Order: sequence, then C-alpha cells, then structure tokens
Amino acid sequence: MTPQSEFLVMAPVAAEAVAPLRALLATMNAQPGHAAPANPLLPFGAFPTLHVARFVVLVDETLEDLAAFGTSFPDAPIYLAFLGDCDGSAEALLDDMAAQAGAGLRSIFAHCQGFGPATDLRSWMAAHRVKSQAWYVNWVGRTVRQTHEEEALHQALATELRRLQDQGVIAPMELHTRLRAHVESHGPRLTPPDPTPLPWLLRHLADLALSVLVLIVASVVLLITSPIWLAVLRRHESTDPEIATLADRKRQQAIAQTEDHEVSNPFSAIGTIKPGPFRALVVGAALWLLNFGCRHIYTKGRLARVGTIHFARWAVIDQGRRVLFISNYDGSLESYMDDFINKVAFGLNLVFSNGIGYPTTNWLLFDGAQREPRFKAFLRRRQQLTDVWYKAYPGLTAFDLARNSEIRQGLEREAGGDAALRRWLAKI
Amino acid sequence: MPIPVTELDDVQGLIKTGYGPLTEAFYLLLRVRDAQAARYWLQGFYPTTMGELKRTKARTAKHIAISAPGLAALGLGPEIIEGFSPEFVGGMGADPARSRRLGDVGANAPEHWDWGGADWAPDLLLMLFAEPGGLEALKAQEITQDLIAAFETRHLPAAPMDGREPFGFVDGLSQPTLDWDGRREPNSEQDLDYGNQIAIGEFVLGYPDEYGLYSQRPLLRPDRAAGLPRAHDAPDRADLGRNGSYLVLRQLQQDVRGFWNFVETHGGMPLAEAMVGRKLDGEPLVATGGRAIRGISHDQVKLNGFDFESDGDGLACPVTGHVRRANPRTGDVPGGDRGLIRNLLAMLGFGVDRRADTIASSRFHRLLRRGRKYGPIDPIADPEEPVGLHFVTVGASIARQFEFVQGAWLASAKFAGLSGEQDPLLGSRQPFPDDRPTDGFRWPQADGPCKAFEGLPQFVTVRGGAYFFLPGVRALRFIAGG
Repeated sequence: MTPQSEFLVMAPVAAEAVAPLRALLATMNAQPGHAAPANPLLPFGAFPTLHVARFVVLVDETLEDLAAFGTSFPDAPIYLAFLGDCDGSAEALLDDMAAQAGAGLRSIFAHCQGFGPATDLRSWMAAHRVKSQAWYVNWVGRTVRQTHEEEALHQALATELRRLQDQGVIAPMELHTRLRAHVESHGPRLTPPDPTPLPWLLRHLADLALSVLVLIVASVVLLITSPIWLAVLRRHESTDPEIATLADRKRQQAIAQTEDHEVSNPFSAIGTIKPGPFRALVVGAALWLLNFGCRHIYTKGRLARVGTIHFARWAVIDQGRRVLFISNYDGSLESYMDDFINKVAFGLNLVFSNGIGYPTTNWLLFDGAQREPRFKAFLRRRQQLTDVWYKAYPGLTAFDLARNSEIRQGLEREAGGDAALRRWLAKI
Repeated sequence: MPIPVTELDDVQGLIKTGYGPLTEAFYLLLRVRDAQAARYWLQGFYPTTMGELKRTKARTAKHIAISAPGLAALGLGPEIIEGFSPEFVGGMGADPARSRRLGDVGANAPEHWDWGGADWAPDLLLMLFAEPGGLEALKAQEITQDLIAAFETRHLPAAPMDGREPFGFVDGLSQPTLDWDGRREPNSEQDLDYGNQIAIGEFVLGYPDEYGLYSQRPLLRPDRAAGLPRAHDAPDRADLGRNGSYLVLRQLQQDVRGFWNFVETHGGMPLAEAMVGRKLDGEPLVATGGRAIRGISHDQVKLNGFDFESDGDGLACPVTGHVRRANPRTGDVPGGDRGLIRNLLAMLGFGVDRRADTIASSRFHRLLRRGRKYGPIDPIADPEEPVGLHFVTVGASIARQFEFVQGAWLASAKFAGLSGEQDPLLGSRQPFPDDRPTDGFRWPQADGPCKAFEGLPQFVTVRGGAYFFLPGVRALRFIAGG
C-alpha cells in the first residue's frame, strides 16, 4: 500500500498583482476553473502520482465581520495557495514539478511577494510549505494508477459482460469464470499494490498508540474540568455575536460558473477564528480529533457518513488567526452542503463554530449547521473562487472508485454463492 | 414549534389542491406592456383562496404568480426583490451554471426554449381551472380588455385532466401530506424512517420548515408595508412571503411515439414499468402495506404505503426508476430508527449501508406537484401535435426542492452510486465532458446480471421554464399597489 501525502505552498500576493495573477492562472484552464491537464504552465496530467491539485487566490471578503468581535485584521494578506494530494512523497512530486515545469511555476509565483528572478524555486516552495492541522483522504493507499487500472477493468468487464449476455450466458457462476478468463487473457493488467513502506507503518502505529494515550488523558482532564469549560462554552455561545449577512448573489453566481463542469467540484474557503484563547483551544482540539479520525478511523471511503469527499484539509494560518478549508467533493455545492447538514452537523459545529459568523451552536455540537440558511450563507460567503482545479480521474466519483475496487476484489476472489455473484455482477 | 396555518383567506388555493374535479385548465404567460395598467389589472384580480375552497365547492379557480423580472416590471425595487431566494431572483433559464445543474443542456438548453430563455421570459403566470365545459366561459371572463392592454400574452393550453401523463401512466400519485395544522414536530427519531407528512413551512413561506426554520423571502420595514402581516420569526418586520410560495413551471415535451417504440423493441410493457417504477395503472412495483408510514392514510396504502428499504438492490423497482429517483422515500438514516446506541453509532458512520446512504433524506427534498398535461388526448393517433407536461411544483425552497431533485436525483448520472444512467424518462442523455455516456438503463434481474440498455433516446425535452412567486393575497395587494 502506498500512502498518500499532501502539499500546500502558500505565499502573500500584493493586491495589485491579483488581477494579472488570476489572468495568468486562467490561461491554464480548459473550462472556467478547470485545468487543461496538458496546459504548458503546469501540465498536471504529466505527474502520474497526482490525484487533485489547485491554485487559488485567497481574498477574504468577510474581514468586516471582525468588527462584531471588537477586533480587526487590516493587514490580512491575500495569498496564492498551490496545493494538492499525491501518492508517495510530496517532496518528490514538487521536485519533479520544479524540474519539468520550472518556467511555468516561476511565472506564477513571480506574482507572490518576495519571489524574484534569482529565487531558487525548490527551496522557495519548501520554505512556503504550510502544514495542515487535519487532512482527509477518502481511501488511504488507493493510488492514481490503481484508480485508472480499476476503471479500465470496469469498462472491460462491462463490455465483455454485455457480449456474454448477448450470447445468452446468464448463470452468475459461469459469467464469473468467463470474465476471469477474459481478463487473464485480454487484460487490462492490474498492478499489485506495492508493499507499505516500513517507516510509514511504524510512524502510523506509533501515532495511533500515542494518540489513543492522548485521547484517554485528555478525556479524563476534560471530564474533571468540564464544569469550568462548559461554563465558558455556554458563556461564549450566549454572547458570541452571530452575523446574519447573506451571501452576495452575484459573487456566488460568478463562482458557480466554475462549478458543475464535472461530477466533482473543488471547494476553497477562508475564515477567521473567533478571538481569545478559548476558541483557539477548541479549534486546536477539534482539528486534532478530526485528524485522528481521518488517520485511524475514516480511511476507507467515508468521513463519518459523508462519502462524497475525495480529499479535504484544514490549515490554521496567520499565526492562528484564520483557517483555510479545502475540499474536493462529488455533486453540486447545494447537495454537498445538505449532506453536511443532515449527516455531520455535529462535526461541522465542533470545527467551524469557532469561526466568526458561524450560526450559534448549542452545547458545541447542536444547532449551528442545522440552522440551514445561515450555515449555507456562512459557507458561501467564505467560499473562494478556485482559479485552477485538476482532478486526475474526471467523471469518477468517490463512490465509483470504491465500487471499482469491489469489482476487482470480486474478480480476484473465488466465486461465492449465486446471490453474492449477482450483486457483484450488478456493480459492473 | 410548528405553527398552524389559520389565515386561509390569504393562501392561494393551488397550494392546497391540484383541482382534480376541475379537469380543464389554461395557463397564460404575461409580459408587462404597461406597468400602470398591469398594476390596475392586478388590483382587480382575486385569486381563489383556501378559505373560499373550504366554504364552497369551487366550479372554477384562478391563480396568479409573478417572476422576479415581473416584480421589477410591476415597480418593486431591487432592495425588496433581492430579499427573495437567490435562485428565484436568478431565474431558471438565465444562468449557464444553473442550466448545467438542472440538465438543461443539449436539446434542453434555454437557447432552444419556446419561452423562458433570453428572448421571452415571462413576468406573470395566470392559471385558470374549470369544470368540464366551463373553461371557455372562464377565459372569456378573465382574459379581459384590461388584461390585453396591460400585457403581452402567450397561451399554454392544458389538456383535460384524466389522471394520466402523456406516456399513459397514472400520474401525480406521490404527493407529500402537508401538515397544515402544525401537528408534527420535525426532527424527532421518527424522522430516521421515511415519512410523508411534511412541515407546512416546506411549502408555505413564513412558517417553520423541516429544519424548524424559515425559508428566504423579503422581510420589509412595517411602516412601508402596512397591509402585510408581521413575520413569525421576526416580529419587527413585515413578511412579504407569508402564505405564499415559490412556483416552478417547466414545459416538458414528451416523445410518446419514441418512448413506446423503444420499449416495444427492447422489452415491452415490463420494461416501461421498470423505467417508470410503477405499473401503467399506478400500482407500485414493491410490496405495500408493511410498516405504517406517517402521512399515508389507510386508503392511500395501496398506492403509497411503501418505501424502498427492503429493495436495496432494485430487484422489484430499479433504483434508477423514475418514481424512485423523484422520491426515493428515504428517512434520515438508511435502516431507520434502531435504538439509541445504534443510532449514535450510525451518526458516526458505523453500520450504515454505504450505497443507500448516498441518497439524501427525502423530507428536505419533496415536490408538491400541481401541473397539467397538454396536447392531444391520443398522442399516438395525432403524432404531429406536440404533447407533454406543464410541470408545476410549489415549494418554499426552489434550491433545496425542485433544483435538488432535478439536479442531484433526476438528471444526475451518479444518483445512488449508479454510473452512466440518468432518469430513464427525463434524462438529457448528454455525455459527460470526457464523453463518458449517460444514456444507459440497467434493469436488475433476480436470476442473473442486470439487463443493460445503452443509447436510450431522449424522451422528454424542456421547451420552457421559469420561477415564480405565488403570493399570499395580502402580498399580492402590496405588489399591485392597491
């Protein structure tokens, strides 16, 4: 199993450089917001380990909300963020990109402050890497290559299955045998998974052990101190101002022009954490818990009940003042938000309710996101137009990928009973 | 807490009923020619109200709805209009992003529409209903010189209603039961299972919806809106939406010959019924009468007393079947209420069927259908005449109801974990951008693999559409300035 890794390179952009930068980024696209895989600036498609990637200029348009909390952030930087998720080492990928597309990357980063003609691209990117506090991978260890091979398998099996059906073969056992024989003789070839790198495995297990220990200790401490922090929480929940500003319709419409060209969409958002130590603590704890879940529990197709996210991340930036939220999800934004509200409102509340403008929660986990119109407005107002987005397997949802893996397993496994085989055939 | 609807004289009767006995109907799209004359005509227009329907048996009915451009043409300022939901203000046919979501691409694209596109977007919709033989008199009475002077008109005649849509299937069977009296408190554990009784705020503006919240509509300064009631959720504001709703109208042309030709060459009536998800006479394909379903009365059990929980593989009714896509009859969690501990585990994603859980909970995405068909009664015998549906739904959130159902459930080729098949009746059949097809239909079989069909023709083409506001009577008076 080859574990994935992520990168986020982020640097400030002067306000006057935003328009030319966006114009340059737009030249990378085949559709509004959607990269041409072979675009000359950074030919994403040439990097076989890359799952998803994006360039996004982050212009926070909710800074006025800070006034409600008696604070401000007048010098909040505008950032260019370049980020993605890949198989194996992210360092190796960035090196590869610098080697193959150095000129293109330089022309993009030249819009960032402090990037000059003499800057060394690799060390600059390394110096501007930003760590994410929580990172979600839909299926840990499923590589881009595996994804493509299993989709090819699905297509080949579908074609052969129809051919056999046309010949009148419908007995599930017989079909399984003949399909196996077909793939053995005609392909496609399926690469067996690489062995899991030992250092990763050791780190992973050590992390699990340590995290469980931390969880136990933290739970005890939290329980003992609960009267105090629950009192503080209730005070915050009753006094935190709620900002009811609606999303600007025209801005939303402009962002929507980059959406729904494909079965999946990118979501980028930036927001400010409520001031004070309490919220900083809760954000830290919530993201830690979320990250624990992502690494050790929700590694096979679902984040709690949400099965539509390919990759997502939460990064605390600006010395703890703001949070960047990035997601790659299936379906349209409205249905994504509905999915959130109806399935994981408690999780959203835990993480996002520490952000300025979030609808008021009740005991941290309740209400909040369930106040549907306000929650949607909260997200939409913080949503950023993703300038360039790339996904290595267009047309395929996270569910498709999981189903294709099941098809492969069913092919490689010895045939079960007729009912199990019929279910397997129905997936093809 | 739910709030009962008591201001029945303020509610247009169309929300309450589709007027089954008033079999004749006529729709008129209006464009304001002269704003003052239009307001004058509107001041004299009295829509049929729920109160009237309660007091007397209606022999005719008439309703009015107004689009966002219509509100502007009648003189409402942008500060009021922008208070309506963004999708209403944006309009059905005016935004390419929306068209992509709705499947209004290819032959369905607004640029090909007869109306509702850039060329001819309606300002108002006048709907007339009458008993058999009564329509001509009603038209003569309502389509007055005043109306003609005030508006440009476009006629959308409806065919006499006989309970069947043009393909021949009994239609309009699955309707939500509206909780007019505020009897049910939403979000209890009952909602983990499918239920058919839906909060009134899902269909009438100004009342709590399935979230216990209020849909978006303009709330005005009371001193500038004397005739309007105060909002339940904001007592210092006047509620322009109260007792009104949003109304979606889409003209869907049906290729009846194409449909039956396809069916006859590929599998006959059983195939047609699998595509629709009901038998020709409306009988469901899955067994009825199991668990009692809230909001399905005893006499409705035969046609609506079912959900799809026990048919996960679609062996009885294909998952892609039209009625299953349009209302998948899902509760908040697949498997429903299973006791406290297992409910909590389900919340964290444990023990929940992955495929079933790709479908959202139905109660937030229900359509209240009020449309009529058009064209000749026997489309096969009269193939030159266009035939189809004036599809109408009424609801408090166009985005969460019509647009969600149309986009995520009907037009999507990825509904419920399927791949490469859209709604077998309504699909646009447009391939994905990478040319992956969406025109398949897979018919699960108990004894072997699915029967798979490729290259389904497009059977339904969108010919026009628009979003309207169906105002309460006081809101109508406010808009008319009377």
